Amino acid sequence: MRARNLSVRWEPRTAAVCAVLGAVACGAAVFVVGTGDFAIPAADVVRVLAGQGDQATDFIVTTLRLPRAVVGLLAGLALGLSGAIFQSISRNPLGSPDLIGFTTGSATGALLQILVVGGGTVAIAASSVLGAVVTALVVYAMAFKGGGVNGLRLVLIGVGAAAMLEALNSYLITRAELRDAYEAAFWLTGSLNGRGWEQAVPLALALAVLVPAALASGRRLSMGELGDDAARALGVPVQRSRAVLVVTGVGLVAAATAAAGPVPFVALAAPQLARRLTRRTGPHLLPAGLMGAALLVCGDLVSLRLPVAVPVGVVTGVLGGLYLVWLLSSGGRKGIA
Amino acid sequence: MSTSVRTAPPSDRPPTARSGGRAGRRAGLAVLGGLLLAAVAASFAVGAQRIPLGEVAAGVFAPDGSEHALIIRELRLPRTLLGVAVGAALGLAGALMQALTRNPMAEPGLLGVNGGAALAVVTVIALFRTDEVLVYVWAAFAGAAGAAVLVHLIGARGRGGASPARLVLAGAAINAVFTALTAGLMLLSPRTFNGFRFWQVGSLAGRDLEVFFEVLPFLLGGTVLALALARPLNALDLGEDAGRALGARPGRTRALGGLAVVLLCGSATAAVGPIAFLGLAVPFIVRAWTGPDQRWVLPYSLLLAPVLLLGADVLGRVVAPGELETGIVTAFLGAPIFMLMVRRGGLRKL
Repeated sequence: MRARNLSVRWEPRTAAVCAVLGAVACGAAVFVVGTGDFAIPAADVVRVLAGQGDQATDFIVTTLRLPRAVVGLLAGLALGLSGAIFQSISRNPLGSPDLIGFTTGSATGALLQILVVGGGTVAIAASSVLGAVVTALVVYAMAFKGGGVNGLRLVLIGVGAAAMLEALNSYLITRAELRDAYEAAFWLTGSLNGRGWEQAVPLALALAVLVPAALASGRRLSMGELGDDAARALGVPVQRSRAVLVVTGVGLVAAATAAAGPVPFVALAAPQLARRLTRRTGPHLLPAGLMGAALLVCGDLVSLRLPVAVPVGVVTGVLGGLYLVWLLSSGGRKGIA
Repeated sequence: MSTSVRTAPPSDRPPTARSGGRAGRRAGLAVLGGLLLAAVAASFAVGAQRIPLGEVAAGVFAPDGSEHALIIRELRLPRTLLGVAVGAALGLAGALMQALTRNPMAEPGLLGVNGGAALAVVTVIALFRTDEVLVYVWAAFAGAAGAAVLVHLIGARGRGGASPARLVLAGAAINAVFTALTAGLMLLSPRTFNGFRFWQVGSLAGRDLEVFFEVLPFLLGGTVLALALARPLNALDLGEDAGRALGARPGRTRALGGLAVVLLCGSATAAVGPIAFLGLAVPFIVRAWTGPDQRWVLPYSLLLAPVLLLGADVLGRVVAPGELETGIVTAFLGAPIFMLMVRRGGLRKL
């Protein structure tokens, strides 16, 4: 089965899936931009984006709502890509950055900045990146044994690290003023509320470097999945290329979290849903990234249309968790744990 | 002659248990009992106000209305009693879960119990706007029990049954759903958020004796049930078929064990909030000393866990200005143990 899929690649199918996912993500973004106290029909949103709207609508769209949609698209893309990278490295579908503590660590970094040091958007983003990187280094180093990183060991050590960091996060939350803590809790859930260009632009700049780096490493990833020995025989410097991939993957999570908070489960679910659509084995970075963008923006659209205002992270957390439950109870055959 | 007397009937003792060192293990129990007394004494004496041990005894048994006597009766007595009861419950629950699932990583906190209790508590706060502690207690009990059952059902589904890693991951998955729902409810209003944020870090502080007496019957019931299961659990350890051949009833042992786990960790979480990793670390440390015989593992866990919990609580009172909650201290001491276990290959079944 696997061999057949490898030898006969359905590239046209992958391209079609990518096109559809990209269209879904952008379409949902148009509706996100149109949703709010002042509803704007989708056609008007498109007209503004094409540079032909009237002044009032133009202001609402480009200044107030467009950055939110852009952050959603880009953060989703980054989460999907990094999920695909980590699942491939750990050779475990559960090896996604949110389950193994990177997102929690990045939240810890941001919380320390918000509640202890205090500081603006840039400082918060920088500390959340730092938190993710430090957590990743520690988890990775602890999972490294006998010259390699075992996928299941990485996941379980990550689960331990996440539990510890969550305790630290709750501690910080109890020590803050109610108003600050409440705001931080919104941030911790993963939210796109009030995102402006000051979040969208740095995120876009970071992705301009990281996305090409991730896509370029796709071939090495698929060789790595054959196993360390086979990959080495094919001329891949296994540990070094893995280190580069880890850095890229952590960078993507950190950039997404800095902009949107620790949105749960997009990184876990996107690569697997994409894989089911493309019916390809191996890492499939672009479809995973586009799926991530589609998931996050659709989740945001749902959170905006719900009768009570909830952050997007609640929507993705509930749906993603149920998906994970389903994966565990039905997917025992597919080598999960 | 004397050796033949010492050799009990073969069915009485699992083949894995070491035959020697019995006296050593008895002595170990006595030492642990002594340590527990010391931990209790420290819990009474150490804190923002240091109180000499002589005054502690007077404060408990013959309160004279002095400030110290008041602190002892109103603050440190409930806190210490809860620490002993909750610690014992979490240690026993951890040991039971690990024996039942043959999974060295089974632990109330990791297996969704804390997440379920949190969701139930935040639901109650959001719906009924109450800050009545006893309402929290019953909500947490129901949530913890429901989550424990749910996680086990999910972890046991699929091929290969409830393997160690599958259970931990099912716990992580359920916890994630609960955490998202909890976040959604908690963010509905600053009021709900404020009520909940203090509950979600487990702490022995600020609970009065009423809470202790409320959960005591369930704790006692669970403890008796757990200790009575030591022998059947040993038989279960022989494997399904061998156990049944020796007259064990695995189905009944599992069901009663599950009930004991729910009673113990449900009431522990209800009383003091989520405490992570205690149930994991204690049986792990205990087995290194006693071997796998449940007739030793259970009583040892029962005694060691409250020593560690009270220790963590006392440590939290002295390390930081204004006190660290017990749940934070246990997470910070327990998580590294868990990670080292994973690293050392603790994935193997028991």
